[in-house]
Amino acid sequence: MATTPTPRVRLPAQAKAGELIEIKTLISHEMESGQRKDAAGKIVPRKIINKFSAAFNGKMVFEADWNPAISANPYQSFFYKAVETGEFTLTWKDDDGSDYVAKNKLTVV
Amino acid sequence: MNVKSGVVSRRETLAMAAIAGLAALIAPRISIADEQTVAAEIKKLYGDKKFDSGKIKLDVPEIAENGLVVPVTVDVESPMTEQDYVKAVHVFADGNPLPGIVSYRFTPACGKASASTRMRLAQTQNVICIAEMSNGNLHMTKSVVKVTIGGCGG
Repeated sequence: MATTPTPRVRLPAQAKAGELIEIKTLISHEMESGQRKDAAGKIVPRKIINKFSAAFNGKMVFEADWNPAISANPYQSFFYKAVETGEFTLTWKDDDGSDYVAKNKLTVV
Repeated sequence: MNVKSGVVSRRETLAMAAIAGLAALIAPRISIADEQTVAAEIKKLYGDKKFDSGKIKLDVPEIAENGLVVPVTVDVESPMTEQDYVKAVHVFADGNPLPGIVSYRFTPACGKASASTRMRLAQTQNVICIAEMSNGNLHMTKSVVKVTIGGCGG
């Protein structure tokens, strides 16, 4: 895919203190498994996002190590217990070394 | 095979084509992981520790029409406090070219040890899920997913 992976994140903008919120994420990425062969019979080299991590105000909340068995355009959801107002930093790490980052604010009322 | 004439008969050509076809069908199956490779992966992580049942809710479809996109949700029962929470969850499959699917690391800040993603399954197989608690207890569950169209290599 020629286009740069674009993360999409959905979470409530506001939450009550102590409320459990679900964060749903999606990123466009082909997740080339390294198992496929091209028309010439050569193995297409692996290129996947191997790690997804979520931090809130700089503190690690949730991490996922992805293997080639994760579908293209990977979806990941997880939960967070709202305590204080702050910002999520979601990072996707690619095999080629690049990072895709999304930042989302959460206001606790 | 009749080689006296030096000419390959039509029947033989057909037979050879059939064999080649069969070989092509079987060949991709060779590199598939099996229960042993999954067991070896688990051993690498946790040695010979015992696994309890229960606590894990592994939500996968009974029948997946498309092996390329199979939703998988793991939900582990836990109060998720600093003293008692789910540390890690690992998901494996015993019929894919590689056994590992995903590994999660949770923190008490999550409030709930639950996560969803979508995986590729090459064929009908077992999906195995392991949860590691903060006190070192291990839990395991597995579930069969029937795959109509495999999601590997195409």
